[in-house]
Amino acid sequence: METTRFLWMRNAIIVFQKDIQLEFRSRYAVNAIFLFAITTLTAISFSIGPIRLHSNVLAPLLWIILFFSAMSGLSHIFVREEEQQTADTLRLVTSPNSIFIGKWLFNLVLLTVLEVLIIPIFMAMMSVSVENFLVFLSILLLGTIGLSSVATLIAAIIAQASAKGALFAVLSFPIALPILISGIHATRLAMDGEGFSNCLPDLQILFSFSVVIITLSLLLFEFIWRK
Amino acid sequence: MWKITAEAICHQFNQRIIFEGISFSLNSGQSLVLTGANGSGKTTLVRIICHLIRPQAGNITFFQDEREVTLHRLYPHIGLVGPYLQLYAQLTALENYKFFAKIRGLKIDLKLFKSFMAKMGLAGRELDELHTYSSGMMQRAKYVMALIHHPHILILDEPTVNLDESGTTLVYDIMREQKKDKILILATNEPEEFKFGDNQISLDA
Amino acid sequence: MLENRWWKYFLGLWMTFVILGIFLYAPPAEGLGQSVRIIFFHVPAAWIATLAFLISAVASIQYLRNQENRYDIWAFSSAQIGIVFAIIATITGSIWAKKIWQSYWNWDPRETSIFILLLIYAAYFALRSAVEVTEQKAKLAAVYSIIAFITVPFFIFIIPRIYESLHPDPLINPEGKINMDGRMLKVFLSSLIGFTLLFFWMLRLKVEARKIQFISEKKSSTIKNKGKS
Repeated sequence: METTRFLWMRNAIIVFQKDIQLEFRSRYAVNAIFLFAITTLTAISFSIGPIRLHSNVLAPLLWIILFFSAMSGLSHIFVREEEQQTADTLRLVTSPNSIFIGKWLFNLVLLTVLEVLIIPIFMAMMSVSVENFLVFLSILLLGTIGLSSVATLIAAIIAQASAKGALFAVLSFPIALPILISGIHATRLAMDGEGFSNCLPDLQILFSFSVVIITLSLLLFEFIWRK
Repeated sequence: MWKITAEAICHQFNQRIIFEGISFSLNSGQSLVLTGANGSGKTTLVRIICHLIRPQAGNITFFQDEREVTLHRLYPHIGLVGPYLQLYAQLTALENYKFFAKIRGLKIDLKLFKSFMAKMGLAGRELDELHTYSSGMMQRAKYVMALIHHPHILILDEPTVNLDESGTTLVYDIMREQKKDKILILATNEPEEFKFGDNQISLDA
Repeated sequence: MLENRWWKYFLGLWMTFVILGIFLYAPPAEGLGQSVRIIFFHVPAAWIATLAFLISAVASIQYLRNQENRYDIWAFSSAQIGIVFAIIATITGSIWAKKIWQSYWNWDPRETSIFILLLIYAAYFALRSAVEVTEQKAKLAAVYSIIAFITVPFFIFIIPRIYESLHPDPLINPEGKINMDGRMLKVFLSSLIGFTLLFFWMLRLKVEARKIQFISEKKSSTIKNKGKS
């Protein structure tokens, strides 16, 4: 059937739309992730006070906030299905890959929305000046894709385990490290005004890592999803 | 013409064997009832048949017109109602319907949906979020969502749980209708429902 | 092969000679003094921690393909030994760092890598303990093991680039020329081989022990089952 390939993608979009619809109703993940980010940011800004920080402190701070915000909100998409017992319902209506891509899209959108809101606030509160803004944006874009990919895959795993909250961060951290290390390094360079060519190695790593993780997820997700 | 064959299904849970050597063959127009005490593994077997769980040993194969149907092609033809299968409670019945219809590749037919809801005694509740339903109404809604795509294979785990007399009658009608020319599998403890199965598999050890 | 008794005695003898060699035969390295002897324990430990991880990942792939329990036993046993050696490597590395660089921890590339390996092992066991059902536990752990393994090439790339290395590369360069004194080299390689054989022996023992444990658990629960009905 020539339509099978498009069916796969179409169903992923339908799952995505359904999850967005549910999120609008309950606003659970959005609240969790945004409140966490704001609280952390406020705590940091308040404790540090009016001191202007150097880029080699600001870059890690930004990514720490992003990582832990992701940890507080991006597991919801799978955990909710298991807890509300809709997971088996979903298992019987469409293929695992559609489900994964649909939920991956959801997490990507969720994290992006968070960044759109939080990063301007971060830059204002911490008096951040980014010399090379275009590179900064590309780092954020690739880093977001990478981070949400890792988070979605690990979320699928922990949804079937107990002690989900703590386990999510513990499992995600080692896998997310390449993104964090490259992201922090490149962000610092961008803040200092380094050119695109200097940041290129980090961007390449962010890109290739995301590709590898997404490919791996599509291969492994079926093993996670089918009990 | 559909056929389901099970060959020597064995399954264990935490290294304890639940059942072994389960085999059966079902054609269109036949039905199967699974019986057994609570904890005997009825639900596990149901989930194995639906491909929700992979059995430790053995195969379940689905055939359409003599050709094997892989899991990916099976979705539009199978429907399951069970206590562990919930609908999306924060969405309305209509939104649930739209989701299930779209993802199964059906066109949205509001008239059909309304008539199904009416048939199951839920007329007028289409725009209410499902978490406002009582447990009996939720069970009826599950039937709506499971039947909307006219699945050839209908699997019911505890068909009449939470249902009052009128609901039970409705389900009996559905079961009768299904086993006429399609495949029906039910798992139950109610002796009155045993008769709906042409074949019976008892899971008590 | 490893069941044969003479292997045990041979290995015991070998390791005795290695340890004697470490303390009596190998000369102290220039500028580093007697403390360099820790290298004969530290590097093999780090190597085995990595090897164990590799074996665990390969066994995990096999488990996903075949669903046979023995692959999960291999994966789990290898990880158990691996984490022990990872801890040994981290601690010996840290002690040595304190001795020669006056600081217990610096996040230099090698220290970072062994620490990450330790984190991955810890995460693996945390996952295993968080899943009740045996078959699910094995499957999810296998998936995680593979995911973690895939990140290793990336770490190899990125870690060295970030920080200046404090590791005495001119002296011990695993890729290129090994500028070790001849006697040191002999002891080093013997230690490496000895520890590797030790690892495989421990792994075999562990796997066999778990297999027996597994079978006896199965038997006792089948008997329990039969007793019920």
